[in-house]
Amino acid sequence: MAKPQLVCPAGSLAALKAAVDNGADDVYLGFRNDTNARNFAGLNFDEKSLAEGIRYAHQRGRKVLAAINTYAQAGRFADWTRSVDKAAELGIDAVIIADPAVLDYATKTHPDMRRHLSVQASATSYEAINFCREKFGIQRAVLPRVLTLAQVENVIRHTEVEIEVFGFGSLCVMNEGRCWLSSYATGESPNTVGACSPAKFVKWEKKPDEMDVRLNGILIDRYGNDENAGYPTICKGRFEVEGETYYAMEEPASLNVLEMLPEIIRIGVSAIKVEGRQRSPTYVAQVTRNLRQALDAAVAAPDAFSVKPAWAAELGKVSEGSQITLGAYNRPWR
Amino acid sequence: MKNSLGLPTIPAFTLPPLVARLGARLPQWPHSVNLALALNAARKLGVLPEDTLQELEGRRFRVTVLDTGVVVDFTYSAGAFRPIFIVANEPDLHFTACLSAFLQMVSRQEDPDTLFFNRSLSVEGDTELGLRVKNMLDALEWPRLSWQGLRPTFLKH
Repeated sequence: MAKPQLVCPAGSLAALKAAVDNGADDVYLGFRNDTNARNFAGLNFDEKSLAEGIRYAHQRGRKVLAAINTYAQAGRFADWTRSVDKAAELGIDAVIIADPAVLDYATKTHPDMRRHLSVQASATSYEAINFCREKFGIQRAVLPRVLTLAQVENVIRHTEVEIEVFGFGSLCVMNEGRCWLSSYATGESPNTVGACSPAKFVKWEKKPDEMDVRLNGILIDRYGNDENAGYPTICKGRFEVEGETYYAMEEPASLNVLEMLPEIIRIGVSAIKVEGRQRSPTYVAQVTRNLRQALDAAVAAPDAFSVKPAWAAELGKVSEGSQITLGAYNRPWR
Repeated sequence: MKNSLGLPTIPAFTLPPLVARLGARLPQWPHSVNLALALNAARKLGVLPEDTLQELEGRRFRVTVLDTGVVVDFTYSAGAFRPIFIVANEPDLHFTACLSAFLQMVSRQEDPDTLFFNRSLSVEGDTELGLRVKNMLDALEWPRLSWQGLRPTFLKH
């Protein structure tokens, strides 16, 4: 039975080292610009830290993947090709790309560099994935978080491309690569600037009995003092709809697939991804350590596998929102 | 659970209200001086990245420790952290938490977003500046620090 790779996030060199030291097989990261979908102030890698990160990971037999997964903006295509060239020059193990034009450039310019199809490409069918295999020689595809496990299995059965699924982290509306909600309020979104709800538009206002959060002046949520807070995205806000105030789109929630790891391994998933390049090295260490132990246990004895309370407790603590869900993987409807 | 720096585990605690009541009545400027000195020491060790420091130029910061009653105001200007003795305006960035949450965050026992989600840490003011500072702290490579080098000379053998 093939053992899925554990793919962990890094927003800094310290986080990359935390991922490697705690058992990640692959670490994924982005450059300090809007060619990746976590373009936040002070986050990500410059050339020097990336070179050091690659050296650190390779010395320990791990791989480093570069997410160049936003869509190239008109008139600035060269910014995206520069990122691809830089990744190749520094000896990255694979690039994770969504934009077909950027994929095409990488295919023609660096045919020997592995190419992964980003979740931002929003490819949910094996037909779309096989098309990208044929045109761009992709070796792995990251599936959007909208498929049931049975649907994931169906994709795997009909493609030779390695399939990567999300295993842990914050959820959003999952309209991946096509979401413009952030632009609706701010004029900026992951597709245009590489960030959802850019921080310059976010305002937290603490009052004696509550905390308000506004995005470009629009009230997104109002938390009571005993309520957990979440990321200030429109999809997770509470709004007044026909006289009732509630999570009109979705409740803040986190994905955690621990209990279905044996199933994920059985259907032939090649890699399990952890969300959270915006999080600290502490989060990366905590999540990587627990998933590594759980994954090893599930591979060693899938039938005897059960979720240890210690794993669930530590993963539950770092989660956004009050729920830990299996996401779409086990929903009864199609 | 251990933190990544190998420091002792810090439990979540809140000091008795009396501590905050007393602390709030004491002069706050010594705390501001101490923190500015500590940050400048870190800067001189080259721990804090120069490019991010430049982004802090002229910005005013406040750290409120709820259960000790300590309020620290400082700024970064002309290449150094400086205490603010007379606070005329609202700060650009304000972190508020109990002592245990700050200690858990600095020792890398807990993730700042986790503390923020569970309402142990609050951030007000310029959110982008807050993110920049958070990401700067996250990117620091503490294990590379030579703790040996920080020991007073008379302890070295």
